[in-house]
Amino acid sequence: MPEIRISRPQVKAEPQSPAVTEAAETRKTEVSAVRKFLMSRGNSAFADRCFHILMVLCALSIFGIVLFILMELMHTSSLAWNKFGISFFFKAYMDPATGLPSYWDPVNEHFSAIPFVYGTLVSSLLALVLAVPLAIGVAIFLTEMCPGALRGPLAFVTELLAAIPSIVYGLWAVFILVPLLREHVNPMLISTFGWTKLFDADNPTGLGYLSASVILAIMILPIISSLTREVMTAVPHSQREAVLALGATRWEMIRTGVLRNARIGIVGAVILGLGRALGETMAVTMVIGNSPEIHRSLLANGSSMSAVIANEFAEASGDMHRSALIEIGLALFIVTIIVNALARLLVWAVTRGAPARVH
Amino acid sequence: MSVNQTSFRSKWRAFTDRMVTGLAILATLLVIAPLVAIFVYLILKGASSLNLAFFTQVPKPVGEVGGGMANAVVGSAVLLAIASLIGVPIGIGGGIYLAEFGRGTKLANSIRFTADVLNGVPSIVMGLAAYSLIVLPQGHFSALSGGVALGIMMIPTVCRTSEEMLLMVPNPIREAALGLGLPNWRAVLSITVKTASPGIITGCMLAFARVAGETAPLIFTALGNSFWSTSLNQPIAALPLQIYVYALSPYDDWHRLAWAGSLVLIALIVLAVSLVRYVTSRGVLKGAS
Repeated sequence: MPEIRISRPQVKAEPQSPAVTEAAETRKTEVSAVRKFLMSRGNSAFADRCFHILMVLCALSIFGIVLFILMELMHTSSLAWNKFGISFFFKAYMDPATGLPSYWDPVNEHFSAIPFVYGTLVSSLLALVLAVPLAIGVAIFLTEMCPGALRGPLAFVTELLAAIPSIVYGLWAVFILVPLLREHVNPMLISTFGWTKLFDADNPTGLGYLSASVILAIMILPIISSLTREVMTAVPHSQREAVLALGATRWEMIRTGVLRNARIGIVGAVILGLGRALGETMAVTMVIGNSPEIHRSLLANGSSMSAVIANEFAEASGDMHRSALIEIGLALFIVTIIVNALARLLVWAVTRGAPARVH
Repeated sequence: MSVNQTSFRSKWRAFTDRMVTGLAILATLLVIAPLVAIFVYLILKGASSLNLAFFTQVPKPVGEVGGGMANAVVGSAVLLAIASLIGVPIGIGGGIYLAEFGRGTKLANSIRFTADVLNGVPSIVMGLAAYSLIVLPQGHFSALSGGVALGIMMIPTVCRTSEEMLLMVPNPIREAALGLGLPNWRAVLSITVKTASPGIITGCMLAFARVAGETAPLIFTALGNSFWSTSLNQPIAALPLQIYVYALSPYDDWHRLAWAGSLVLIALIVLAVSLVRYVTSRGVLKGAS
């Protein structure tokens, strides 16, 4: 079905569309007219057509992948979907003997995604709270204050931070970050904020929601800050100059001239960071503690949607268990697709005019 | 009175300005600190246990000191070879379509958008998809399914980087090729793609390095294997998987190997990222425009 759609704009719309669009495209019109003449000569129309179709197929495979993942996951999770329905994400089985909810019980096949949704939300949102101010600070420093000589290396460093695999972050978190939090940060949090019940001393391991959030924050920082930087660079210089000419200090210039103009794109960058945090698996699995429970304390063991899949899928006890895990994966897929699409649209709305950049 | 107020305000404004500058510098330092910490620990702990045995021996049984990750290194190579066979041709093809045929069309825009969105999909979901495509029908874990999962992940990245590299090729080069009477497919393949090939190759390397560190999609596709295996139909070891298992084990010697494995991964990635930066910043392709 989609293939019918391509052949039309390719043949007809191409030469017409530049005439409609602005002056910037007029140069292209000449170019493509020359090229059109050269391409229509020759006797290789058949080979060209085959090549064109092949390339279109390659490009369409990207749509294919999305549809394929969606269909496969829906198909293999149908068992759990038929049994639990949408209440999989809202309701838990109440154990009649104890009166307590039994969220995740593979032996008796009672499954509910509540503790994992809760863990994913708590760890990702806390990570955003930690990462966003820092990321915007870095972006401000890099675009507005940094001496030119430092800009390149610092941008490189943040890029590198984004390319480190999550397993390495996890390894570092298990051996360095968690002991650090356990020995120095957690006791302080417990003694100062213990009265909020958000921090209690029940968990001596140092694992838990807070550790997961800290490592997530470190991981999503470079994504948020590099996109924020891109968006801030796209703000025209005349804006900055106008605000400075009115006598503003540099911070007032950044606040009124840059941040206000770039705010939609910054929100997009933050949402993109949220998308990464929601789906991040390995580092979270290694430090969140992996117990399917809900705790108010941020220092308690928990689990997240991706962590439970990584942990239990390979040795899932039965078809229903596997199906329930795949349903969690499907939910993760749909949510991240929506979140990422939203973020891309917001960033794109701001940087539309700016030239393409290699990531 | 009013003079006093003005000077207080201007002092306050200057103070806020300085404070924000300080905060921005502090934020930058705070961001760089974990990176420095990660690298320092990796080099300290990894370099001391990185030796020839790491690359030549298979893991020793629990309790025996020594051994290496030769099977995991080879396993990663096998998985990455399968992934590249799937991801690189399809990705470059998609990139060629976006840059050469579909410029400005709605289809190209929506494909570009979908590729960007697909890039943000968690890797564990790709693992689930490969599981239900290959492992479930076959009934056992296999190297092939792991390779397919990684290959699917490579496609959007390769596609977008190739497109961006191809867009850098100046138009006169394309027209010169067509003017000499080359058919379009030949002009694209031997002139445009060839001109952009340093960029495309580094783009592929970047995608390669990214999936080389992926663990989540392999846990229930390639599964891992503590013995020597190169069969595509059997579970196979992979470097990131082995690091995961070793990091959560209680043995110091295995922790040591996990650090060494991470150092190897990071070295690969730093190399790829610096290459990409070098090629794009040197403007190898921009020379002619």
